[in-house]
Amino acid sequence: MNRIILQMSHIEKRFAGVYALKNIDFQLVLGEVHALLGGNGAGKSTLIKVLGGVHRPDSGTITINGELVEIHHVQDAQRLKIGIIHQEIMLVPQLTVAENIFLGREPSGSMGILNKGTLFSRAKEMLQQLELDIDPYAKVESLTIAQQQLVEIVKAISFDAKILVMDEPTSSLEANEVNILFSTIERLKKQKVSIIYISHKMDEIFKISDRVTVIRDGTYVGMRTTSQTNTDELVSMMVGQKIESFYTRNNKPSDREVLRVEGLTKKGVFENISFSVNKGEVLGFAGLVGAGRSEIMLTVFGADHFDSGHIFLEGEPVTFQSPQQAIRKGVAMVPEERKKQGLVLNNTVAFNLTLPAIRSMAKNLVIDRKRFHDEVRNYIDRLNIVTPSSRQIMLNLSGGNQQKVVVAKWLATKPKLLILDEPTKGIDVGAKKEIYTMIDELSGLGLAIIMISSEMPEVINMCDRVCIVREGRIAARIDKDEISQNTIMHYATGGLS
Amino acid sequence: MKQTNTFSKQSGNLIFNFFKHHLGIFIMILVLSALLSVRTPVFLTSNNLLTVLRQISHNMFLALGMTMVIVLGGIDLSVGALVAMTGTMTVGFIVLQGMPIWLGVILGLVIGTLCGLINGTIIAFFKFPAFIVTLATMNIVRGAAYLYCGGKTTRIVDEAFVGIGTGALGPIPYPVIYMIILIAVFSFLLNRTKLGTYIYAIGGNREAARLSGVPIKSVEIAVFTITGFLASFAGIVLAARMYSGQPSVGDGNEMNAIAACVLGGISMSGGVGSVGGTILGVILIGIINNGLNLLNVSSYWQLVAKGVIILFAVMVDWVKRNRHSSIN
Repeated sequence: MNRIILQMSHIEKRFAGVYALKNIDFQLVLGEVHALLGGNGAGKSTLIKVLGGVHRPDSGTITINGELVEIHHVQDAQRLKIGIIHQEIMLVPQLTVAENIFLGREPSGSMGILNKGTLFSRAKEMLQQLELDIDPYAKVESLTIAQQQLVEIVKAISFDAKILVMDEPTSSLEANEVNILFSTIERLKKQKVSIIYISHKMDEIFKISDRVTVIRDGTYVGMRTTSQTNTDELVSMMVGQKIESFYTRNNKPSDREVLRVEGLTKKGVFENISFSVNKGEVLGFAGLVGAGRSEIMLTVFGADHFDSGHIFLEGEPVTFQSPQQAIRKGVAMVPEERKKQGLVLNNTVAFNLTLPAIRSMAKNLVIDRKRFHDEVRNYIDRLNIVTPSSRQIMLNLSGGNQQKVVVAKWLATKPKLLILDEPTKGIDVGAKKEIYTMIDELSGLGLAIIMISSEMPEVINMCDRVCIVREGRIAARIDKDEISQNTIMHYATGGLS
Repeated sequence: MKQTNTFSKQSGNLIFNFFKHHLGIFIMILVLSALLSVRTPVFLTSNNLLTVLRQISHNMFLALGMTMVIVLGGIDLSVGALVAMTGTMTVGFIVLQGMPIWLGVILGLVIGTLCGLINGTIIAFFKFPAFIVTLATMNIVRGAAYLYCGGKTTRIVDEAFVGIGTGALGPIPYPVIYMIILIAVFSFLLNRTKLGTYIYAIGGNREAARLSGVPIKSVEIAVFTITGFLASFAGIVLAARMYSGQPSVGDGNEMNAIAACVLGGISMSGGVGSVGGTILGVILIGIINNGLNLLNVSSYWQLVAKGVIILFAVMVDWVKRNRHSSIN
């Protein structure tokens, strides 16, 4: 058996009393690729942050090469030769490859004068070592995303990293670029670098990893040798079996079509997307984060342009140049990022509640104050928004109440189609339940609802049909009785049917 | 529901909140006024107060436009130059070109408004920063003012034109009346109209506004156009008060307008602020100018004093805000 290089035992981490990590074990042996697998919010990132010195664990031990270590700062991690490559690229685009690799550690002589010659020759040497065809003199902004990712790897290696963490390194790579990355990983293995590979793409895990550790809801589920397991086993480990029972879904969809999308394509983002949704129906869009679901819906909503395809609203062909046009035709969208896209946080509840519908409350450009106040009161009551007054600044409301405002503001526009992008993200259980009840009520009133969601239980319990999106394509369409966590995960991660 | 707020109670709260929110500047205004009325007997005379009002009207015209622009999340550096250009051209149209007064005035307003429209269109369609665009138009417009009259001052004595700026209704000078009307119009515009709502929405969160169906381009164009109109109106009134069109006037006016907005609690990052705040800002700057004049302080020291007071007022708000956020 190979030498154990890293052992994390019984790691626990709480945030404000809530467990983010609970009794996690993780082991890495010399020269292996060890995949860390888990759903969104399972605690993968938190665990990596503990290893990287960003978070201090509340309890548990970390040993490296058999020696007990404490990692309190990012510098500690660097000193222990742990390199972390984050999902987002953190290079300075305006600088050259070589300058980025040695940023902050530029070889310099006395008086801080840079030794550019050494800088570039050392960078070149390192790139050659990994057989990478990248010019050290090139500006980072001129490189492809894949090349930038490789530069990140070289940068991490330049610290003489022995443990390399890659957090979903392929999330923005094309298929052929993934191959380059994988051959680089193989070379790193030969140089006895041990790699922690975070991903939830099954095919990649089976292709590149030696072992897999699965975590779920911040707890350790199990560890498998990759060659001795299969997609089904890993998926059921990821998903677990508990399903909450606070969903309301009483209303039945009708067969009158509200929206039909045919062959919608935006190059490099999504391709050949076709689906339809009926009056009173809740259509789920499941898939992994970054699969392109939000992009598809923002395009339908007119917030983004597309290259080809057709959109029909109640049988009529439409092309929305802006959300404004979509709203006029009765389309509404609750975007994923409540704070960034949904709310004017420094303004009041009343202001936000009425923003999209203000057009209909204005006569000759002047706002009808009575209607304004009536509508505000109406929606605060109807959605049970907890706020001391309608003049409260949004910033001071809880996440759940903020989300209710984002939903309520659209109801005033009397939409036919409501698109919800992760409607229960980051809100408490009580508010979730209220949102589910409201979704059911709205569908009962005849709205067609599209719900993008990464939370399996809500997809299973709320949706009449589900489209599963993988890497910009609809991988499968499933009817109500076939919806289960395993089928969704199966298609979302690219397992074979 | 225990929310039994009547409208009158709500508006009572509003006034209280307004005081609380602008405490720093209220204190500054009161302290300065008290000091001045002790130091110079002239300060509190109705004559002097009317003079103050007339003096601040110019800055008020510009600051009202600037309020909209800053709440929108932008800035307009071209207003001072627009004051000069429209003043010079309007007087020129009447005196040099022999146009009837009404035509000259209307043409002046149209040209100034057009400049605002151009600012807004470039900013909306090319998405260039407003700072850069209006910095450029500031130079172009200032240059145009000099070019139009060959750099010379054009005098005008026609009573009908001069009356626009020097006339009075009873004891109240016309510019003060314009100011009151415009304050009413712009308070209404920002608080009670669709456009006003959209301005706050874009300044507060541009992306959320876009996804809520706010027509961002149209609003940007409208706001800069209105600001152009206000600046050209200010330019004509100023020319009338000075009996002349001078291409060099209005230098630094944009900065006074911005200072008034900042003093009035309008956030430079957009989305927050009110006409009420701007009014306080304009009044404070007006009292500083008037008071220092009454005290015979040299104009060089006046600049220093103004800068110090602006810094002080901003710091008061900063302290207040930080204490507030540390409580939360």
